[in-house]
Amino acid sequence: MAEKHLGHIKPYSAQFGTMVPMGKQKFLRTCIIWQLFRFVAINIRMTILILKSHH
Amino acid sequence: MARLIVMGGGVSGHTTATFAKKMLGKDHEVVVVTPNANWNWIPSNIWVGVGEMTKDEVVFPLAPVYKKAGIDYRQAKAISIHPEGKSDREDAYLTIEYTGQDKEAKTEELTYDYLINATGPKLNFGATPGLGEGTNLGKHTVSVCTADHAAHANLELKACIEKMKKGKRQKFLIGTGHGMCTCQGAAFEYIFNIEKTLTDAGVRDMADIQWISNESFLGDFGMGGLHFSMGGYAASSKIFSESLYAERGLDWIIGAHVNKVEAGKAHYELLDGSFGVAEFDFAMLIPPFAGVGLKAFAKDGSDITDTLFAPNGFMKVDANYAAGAYENWDASDWPSTLQNPTYKNLFAVGIAFAPPHPISKPMTTPNGTMIVPTPPRTGMPSAMMGKAVALSVVDMIKGKTTEPTHTANMSEMGAACVASAGKGLFTGTAAAMTVYPIVPDFKKYPGVGRDLNGTTGEIGLAAHWVKHILHHLFIWKAKLKPGWTLIPE
Repeated sequence: MAEKHLGHIKPYSAQFGTMVPMGKQKFLRTCIIWQLFRFVAINIRMTILILKSHH
Repeated sequence: MARLIVMGGGVSGHTTATFAKKMLGKDHEVVVVTPNANWNWIPSNIWVGVGEMTKDEVVFPLAPVYKKAGIDYRQAKAISIHPEGKSDREDAYLTIEYTGQDKEAKTEELTYDYLINATGPKLNFGATPGLGEGTNLGKHTVSVCTADHAAHANLELKACIEKMKKGKRQKFLIGTGHGMCTCQGAAFEYIFNIEKTLTDAGVRDMADIQWISNESFLGDFGMGGLHFSMGGYAASSKIFSESLYAERGLDWIIGAHVNKVEAGKAHYELLDGSFGVAEFDFAMLIPPFAGVGLKAFAKDGSDITDTLFAPNGFMKVDANYAAGAYENWDASDWPSTLQNPTYKNLFAVGIAFAPPHPISKPMTTPNGTMIVPTPPRTGMPSAMMGKAVALSVVDMIKGKTTEPTHTANMSEMGAACVASAGKGLFTGTAAAMTVYPIVPDFKKYPGVGRDLNGTTGEIGLAAHWVKHILHHLFIWKAKLKPGWTLIPE
């Protein structure tokens, strides 16, 4: 599968040595339905964080 | 009637003063001393810096809010603390110098029963030759540290875009302007907004965008890095960050102490002792932070600044300042009550308190230059500290106790950070990160130092929506509009 959005990465450059997202991952980042679920999840996560942090 | 003075009207000071006044009511006096006329929601300065928001959308005047709350507002800067009073007076007092309210340059002595230092940082541009003079931004670079700086940055950015549209390639350099900087997160967010803005303007292919920072690895963030639970792995923030940069074609220089800035050039030293020059047409380099330079005097007039403050100008609190080398550091070194150990009616919150040591491991180049990100303590943690100290002081003023009743220890609290790239509701993405605790506790969480259930990171539109909501919620809260106490710090 050709991932055209990765065409700028050059072999042996610093950018070559890490993981980069592929098509499905990029799609999910802007998929409204999936992101609505993630929105709820992030808010729950942040609420728990706040509750754990106040003493 | 007791008098509580809060020095500073930023996130931590404003939180402290407003909660304290609400709980103390008319029986006691709350005074805010701040040189600023406006409150600024600093996280949204990033959007001002790329023209997605105007300055007016991220600031509002403090005077009407404090009038409504019954808080005595003095637009002035604190000059010196006199915790023992003076020869002819027992009362502790604070010397202030007005910067507004038609009393510019006039000084006044305000007595206090409790004093909370929430002054925030001095933007120490002068620490790097060419970055600026004292607290003033120089002419070679831009900043997003204040709303005015961000508005100026946007104008410079737009000028670069015009040049690119005319076919002139431009180089962007974003990061930290000194080896001892903190606030990498702001620069981190700004570089992605720059990249998004240039893409939207159709000139991304005419731009070279480079990151430069004092982190020893990408994703250190001044917290020694962190690990996220991701896809069945405990994934390092190094991988998370490098992925974001690689995906967008952003180069990086890390472990860099920028030691001089000239027109179009940033000179730097790296951790391996080598030196280099990064050229730029547009540079946003965060300055190092220092204490605001408050002095302190004993009853006999002798200088006791060293008793109250660490050498970097931040106020000493109940931290362990004798931890020594990195190998000896422990989560328990971090302060809980934020009370000054010498004068029990003094507290410091937010950036104003002196951390016991960095969170990231200090590193020194073969030339003897120390390069280490200093600990972040802005935003959510500073507001939580402000509220905890307000609750403690209120209990002490009401005579319920003589000791602080609430704590806000960075090794026991988490933080949330949302870094956007763009502002649209359906375009661009943001990274939502949570970290728990902020200061790693390697005894409690062996190996990674943090709770992997509470330390997370993800990228997507949802984080964008969270960033929008936080912008409006916190400005609503800071304006003390109905229900403001229900909005958590």
